[in-house]
Amino acid sequence: MVEHFLPTTLTETLDILDTNKVEIIAGGTDLMVQRRTWANTLPKFDQTINIIHVKELNFIRQEGSKLHIGATTSYTTLLQHPDVPQLLKDCISVLASPALRNIATIAGNIGNASPAGDTLPILYLYDAIIELSSKHRVRYVPIQDVIVGPRKTTIEYNELITSIILPLHDFSTVRFDKVGGRKADAISKISMAAAARIEDGVIEDIRFAFGAVGPIIVRDTGIEEELLGRTIEDIPDVLPTILSSIASRITPIDDQRSNKNYRSNVALNLLQDFLLTL
Amino acid sequence: MSNITFTLNHNVVTIDIDPTKRLLDVLRNDFHLTGSKEGCGEGECGACAILLNGKAINSCLLPVGSVQGQDVVTIEGLSQSRQGQALSDAYRDEGAVQCGICTPGMLIASHALLLENPHPTDDEIRIGLSGNLCRCTGYNMIVKAVKKASEDGEGLW
Repeated sequence: MVEHFLPTTLTETLDILDTNKVEIIAGGTDLMVQRRTWANTLPKFDQTINIIHVKELNFIRQEGSKLHIGATTSYTTLLQHPDVPQLLKDCISVLASPALRNIATIAGNIGNASPAGDTLPILYLYDAIIELSSKHRVRYVPIQDVIVGPRKTTIEYNELITSIILPLHDFSTVRFDKVGGRKADAISKISMAAAARIEDGVIEDIRFAFGAVGPIIVRDTGIEEELLGRTIEDIPDVLPTILSSIASRITPIDDQRSNKNYRSNVALNLLQDFLLTL
Repeated sequence: MSNITFTLNHNVVTIDIDPTKRLLDVLRNDFHLTGSKEGCGEGECGACAILLNGKAINSCLLPVGSVQGQDVVTIEGLSQSRQGQALSDAYRDEGAVQCGICTPGMLIASHALLLENPHPTDDEIRIGLSGNLCRCTGYNMIVKAVKKASEDGEGLW
């Protein structure tokens, strides 16, 4: 018999996941579009578990230098919370629309694993750790080991994303750029998250990650390291090398939203602009 | 099928239904509340907007199971309130209704905005309504209407 589960506790949720083949719905803003059929006709699901009523998963908590975000916490809640880093807020404020942000979740961005998921470059930039829970164990997996391809993750069938852990950093500059066909509700053609800590004109920390220019988010810490310890004045000299390194790492495609030349040029222009305005 | 109980326009209702059915379909076809419209069906147009616990939500994206125990207000409920009346008066006075398909969603988004920010600037109104499309492109009148409602309806939000 087909069942759609509506648990209210985490224990119940993990029990259901352990013994049933179900698809997980939180906000539902991606899945309900992917599975829609026609007006007044059921979306195409076999069995589902809707976790939106599991209150234990709705939280934002700072523990030491890490921010823990519960899986069903909405983007609106994140946007209004004092402990959420500005870079993430900058991204959320241009993500979808107010009504979508009221229900959509970061955990959904991870589970959906779209190369254009807007918060993903930020999770890569922050070296986010994803807490995956099953009835039998909890494991903590770096974001880049969770998402392995478009819509492909290493999350096991009986596991649930229970929280997202962001190590907090004291960046002096942060920037999120999203290029889309419309300001609201656009799926990104290209996105870039960037952050740096500059002390006395010296680059102490610098990170940049790109969305929608490859099957997964592109971040290369090797390229970032080439900039560490350099001064702002050095940047124009090393810029051509940095840009050509990034150009060789990104693999944009042509699709209905954009094309590879545009994506590649804009990605490099965004990075150049970020580096030259530090 | 599951029994889903929620508050719909201030009345507690229970319905035995597939919990993955879209709230929009449940409202229009099971409760015959046809004020909420289906425009795009994918969260881009806002014509299906309703209030979930006082916040605007696209009902085409919400499985009805998600409203279990929650408070839902549709355009039919909003229009019975003083705020709804103030908004429709302002929309009428500013000529903010053309074909009318986007209007229920626009009114819901306007009300949700004013609940959070009773005195929005033009920019804040445009951001607040950014998830709602008007195919007739009557945006300037809609922005003016929200401004007028916030002034004429002083104290309502």
